Amino acid sequence: MEAEQPQGENPLKVNRRHFFSQMSVGIGSLALGSLLIPDLFKGSSPEIADQVLGIPHFAPKAKRVIYLFQAGAPSQLETFDYKPTLLKRMGEDLPESIRNGQRLTGMTSEQESFPLMPSASKFNQHGNSGAWVSELFPHTAKIADELCIIRSMHTEAINHDPAITFFQTGSQISGRPSMGSWMSYGLGSENKNLPSFVVLTSRGKGNSQGLYSKLWSSGFLDSKHQGVLLRSGKDPVLYLNDPEGISRSDKRHLLDHVSSLNKIHHIETGDDEIESRIAQYEMAYRMQMSVPDVMDISKEPEDIIKLYGEDCQVPGTYAANALQARRLAENGVRFIQLYHQGWDQHGNLPNEMAGQAMDVDQASAALVMDLKQRGMLEDTLVIWGGEFGRTNYCQGKFDPKNFGRDHHPRAFSIWMAGGGIKNGITYGETDEFGYNIIKNPVHINDFHATLLHTMGLDHEKLVYKYQGRRFRLTDVAGNIVKDLLA
Amino acid sequence: MKQFFLIATIISLLTVVLYGIKKGVFRSDADGMVDIRMPEVVDYNFHIKPILSDNCYTCHGPDANKRKAGLRLDLQEVAFAELPETPGQYAIVAGKPHKSAIFERITSDDPATVMPPPDSKRSLKPYEKELIKKWISQGGKFQKHWAFQVPKKSELPLVTDTAWAQNEIDLFVLHKLEEHNLTPSRRASKEALARRLSLDLTGLPPGPLQLQKWGADLGAVPLDSIIEDLLAAPAYGERMTQSWLDVARYADSHGYQDDSYRTMWPWRDWVIHAFNENLPYDEFLTWQLAGDLLPDATKEQVLATGFNRNHPITQEGGVIQEEYRTTYVTDRTNTLGKGILGITLECARCHDHKYDAISQKEYYQMFSFFNQVDEKGLQMDAVQAANQKFYADPPYMTITEAETRSVLSFVNLEKGKELNVMVMNDSAPRPTFLLNRGNYDEPADTVRAGTPSKIFPFAEDLPRNRLGLAQWVTSKENPLTARVFVNKVWGMLFGRGLVETAEDFGVQGSLPTHPELLDWLAADFMEHGWDIKYLLTKIVHSATYQQRSELSPALNKADPENIYLARAPRFRMSGEMIRDYVLATSGLLNREIGGPSVKPYQPPGLWEETNAGGNRGILTTYVPDVGDKLYRRSLYTFWKRTLPPASMTIFDAPTRDFCEVRRQKTNTPLQALALQNDVQMLEAARVLAQSTVAAIPDTASGVGEIFRRILVRQPGGDELRVLEEYYMDTQDHFRKDTEAAEKLLAVGDFKGADTDPSKTAALMLTAQVIYNLDETITKE
Repeated sequence: MEAEQPQGENPLKVNRRHFFSQMSVGIGSLALGSLLIPDLFKGSSPEIADQVLGIPHFAPKAKRVIYLFQAGAPSQLETFDYKPTLLKRMGEDLPESIRNGQRLTGMTSEQESFPLMPSASKFNQHGNSGAWVSELFPHTAKIADELCIIRSMHTEAINHDPAITFFQTGSQISGRPSMGSWMSYGLGSENKNLPSFVVLTSRGKGNSQGLYSKLWSSGFLDSKHQGVLLRSGKDPVLYLNDPEGISRSDKRHLLDHVSSLNKIHHIETGDDEIESRIAQYEMAYRMQMSVPDVMDISKEPEDIIKLYGEDCQVPGTYAANALQARRLAENGVRFIQLYHQGWDQHGNLPNEMAGQAMDVDQASAALVMDLKQRGMLEDTLVIWGGEFGRTNYCQGKFDPKNFGRDHHPRAFSIWMAGGGIKNGITYGETDEFGYNIIKNPVHINDFHATLLHTMGLDHEKLVYKYQGRRFRLTDVAGNIVKDLLA
Repeated sequence: MKQFFLIATIISLLTVVLYGIKKGVFRSDADGMVDIRMPEVVDYNFHIKPILSDNCYTCHGPDANKRKAGLRLDLQEVAFAELPETPGQYAIVAGKPHKSAIFERITSDDPATVMPPPDSKRSLKPYEKELIKKWISQGGKFQKHWAFQVPKKSELPLVTDTAWAQNEIDLFVLHKLEEHNLTPSRRASKEALARRLSLDLTGLPPGPLQLQKWGADLGAVPLDSIIEDLLAAPAYGERMTQSWLDVARYADSHGYQDDSYRTMWPWRDWVIHAFNENLPYDEFLTWQLAGDLLPDATKEQVLATGFNRNHPITQEGGVIQEEYRTTYVTDRTNTLGKGILGITLECARCHDHKYDAISQKEYYQMFSFFNQVDEKGLQMDAVQAANQKFYADPPYMTITEAETRSVLSFVNLEKGKELNVMVMNDSAPRPTFLLNRGNYDEPADTVRAGTPSKIFPFAEDLPRNRLGLAQWVTSKENPLTARVFVNKVWGMLFGRGLVETAEDFGVQGSLPTHPELLDWLAADFMEHGWDIKYLLTKIVHSATYQQRSELSPALNKADPENIYLARAPRFRMSGEMIRDYVLATSGLLNREIGGPSVKPYQPPGLWEETNAGGNRGILTTYVPDVGDKLYRRSLYTFWKRTLPPASMTIFDAPTRDFCEVRRQKTNTPLQALALQNDVQMLEAARVLAQSTVAAIPDTASGVGEIFRRILVRQPGGDELRVLEEYYMDTQDHFRKDTEAAEKLLAVGDFKGADTDPSKTAALMLTAQVIYNLDETITKE
């Protein structure tokens, strides 16, 4: 565990020292960084000049984030929020005093009653911390002492699109930059051959909701901060592969001639944008080597394959993406965003939850352990969770073997591990119905503020002025949840 | 002797140091502001308001709820009145900075009293404090915000160099240049101008036929006739439409969740038609805002109102209808603000505007105009919609085949088909409430339809409906509409508007670089009946527009961003324009106009990987078109909002989730990859090579020929040498490996001429070299 930051010392000084001493390739890469991220030293507009982009505001605990987003919203009642009362009062109507005016989606608002439905799975306590984890997640349970489980997340939206947009961008309305874009904007890139924000998607067998590219959009930030979708096929980055009949040396030969002609034109026009174009072509050429290299898991040893599960050898699965995430993290990618679809259990929940859990449980836990054994968990923050919770009452016909849960914004559970976050704790509490938070609520804005803090960024200082207004990931709210910080 | 040297050295060192100080060598960046000249007369709008707005308005501005100490600095009468909380003191005392509380506070050293307060994380620079001091000394006069004053033609400025100007625009530009000791660049070559004009006015490079018509010697063709030809070409309407689609957030899908198909393309065909017919801009707006309310509205006028139905519509199960209906009305209101009035109205949705004098009440008064639509929101989910071919949510109009032969002749509808297009109506009159914090379920007072009074009052005799709104928007008294459009057109041609923040003419937006020119153009545009082609003609006839785009090192230093326009701009073309350019120069371009959107090549799997699984709706799998639909202009490319075409977004196209008025112009490795490896690009290079080899068996002149085809100029000696050498090397390589040549030539669907593989493959790669040049994708 790292020591508390000494009081009284200018945090930026600490950070600069760290920054320069920890740079793996020295000052040269700083110059390169500014080439890759031109606004590193330029700023988006003059008034932001006092904010040095590309350098954290204070010493960061985490250098990168792996976000295992469970799209569709897994139920807290079948994952981490153990509520025996629901079993005792099974079938009873949700008391009005508990619902307390909560608006419902059109899928259950017409229901005549809201019968309480107990968890479809059993819970046990695990680790020294005694964290409650559902039996559907045996591997996650084993690493309970690495986790910080938050049972008191809450949000505002009750439908998927606005809720997931809110989680990713801090606003329910499209158009704001995604978390990963803010990190890329604030901290720049650590690897000159890879993008700083990448996205990997996979789909489970459960009821799914589509994904949209706006979720990894850079909004009004420069589009180089946009998330780059890494795909499982032979073209992991769009247009990465050269056409048939072209070898690497053919490509080099071609690019050399493009460069020669561009240089002639640079002299004629005097426009330095051409130099920058030449540099981008060179980076593209390097990416053609570096991306397939990172994506190639054939050299991963047997024990690692075992750790993540056999599925990790099947491209496009969650397990494969989790392993990929570790490789990207090792290669200095700042923000690695996974989306796993299939968590929208309006019906057939007992079955579908079990299937979804099977898809992600082992690989999620494997990722945390793998990072740990490489000494990377200290400065890598792993997050697991969806966009909202699910109702404690049954959607549709009351049948404990086959029921559904509707969307619930007031309380849900996620976990974090590593980079600057306390481990072995369970934070926040809901009432005995698992409906309302009774202790330590964490709003999405608070979550974002805390996340930025672990990365060394002050959520009130990381601003971008657009349309006359200073925008933040946390908009006008957000408090760092200090209790969570290691 | 030694001593002498020492003294001499010291003296010369001192001289150097003194000289350095004089020249500012030792000045740090922090006080770089000293370089800015203190103006003789401090202007409230241009010097003071931006400082007050950015630093003070949050607590002392238009927002009544956040105002502190009862002080507002956006209104003269309050700023000059006795401070309510400190009797005997005044924020501003005309002529007396040291008696003015604001000057005392901004210069205070005490963290408890200094303004802005430390926790606001804002602070004034020394130069700004000096400006405020001087302004107060000069009387501290307030003025109406510049953009809220009706634009008027000021007197044309006097210039020293009287020979350069070709029209009024140049006098304004030259005046500024002379002020800054800059001189304009020479006129661009006729070849460069033909390419520039063609790209600006039609979005395409000049084609071989066009060049043929203009004659081998471009120099002999009057520029006037080139400009006339281009403006008369149908491609002109397509070019203008392309940029309007971003404003109108046009798409072929609903934009949420399963993101189902919608049929809005006939509206897009109307826009092309309207531009080509040169419908005056005031009518162009009126029809789109309120065509359905015009007396005896024609079908065409009703179709135009599709503009306000282009917003995303959710199909997500279980949504609360009223929440989303409110979102749609909000979107229409914001689009009017951002796209047409250049005002960030949306800032007043949840609270009074913090910077501009728009109250929350006024926001909902504007909202009210768009709140009367008989719309239901979600009608069915993507699966039902697909099964029932339900591609337009009510209200909609039906277009029949018969109509496409008469009143709607410009709608490119397939024979025997009819379809529905979403349009506006006012058939569901409902009261409008101010919504607390913008929340649909927190209605407060009812409001009456109206417009922000500070912009310009809504005349009493206007109907309080969208038609009245349209008349207010297009009134010659409206200070914003013409300015915003003229600025948009300027930005299209110059890469940056005279007001850089084309979407924000409010107090937080950028100030115009040439305010008198902007006003002159806006007034002139209105005087000439809002005639868009007239406006374009005026601008492209200016010497300013016709300059060379090259930068000399001196100019690069003096004005790196080309604010003063001592040269023409150079900037990367949009993704659409690049693709069209490649299709056109390769000879593949299919010039059909309008019709349902098409699906050109796209990397496989993109839609499939992100959809919800299964077959929810008809947009879950991407099936590329075949045949000549692959080669349509890019404005016809199918726009699925949740996953827009990658080849466009990589080049900074917006998602079309909401109104956007300007695009970034980034330069990224992903763009380099797309240009090298997109099938569309490779196929074009291949087809161009095949047709060239077939026509010109002599390979050396083939290289020169494709260079001219793509870049519309003669290659320089060095350039030709580089390319010919590359061609020869590559041909040798493919002669040894014809299998590789054949593999390479297999790219794309188009069946080209049957030519010698190694020759053709070598020429194809030579074409690829040229297609990947900075110059090719740059308008210069």
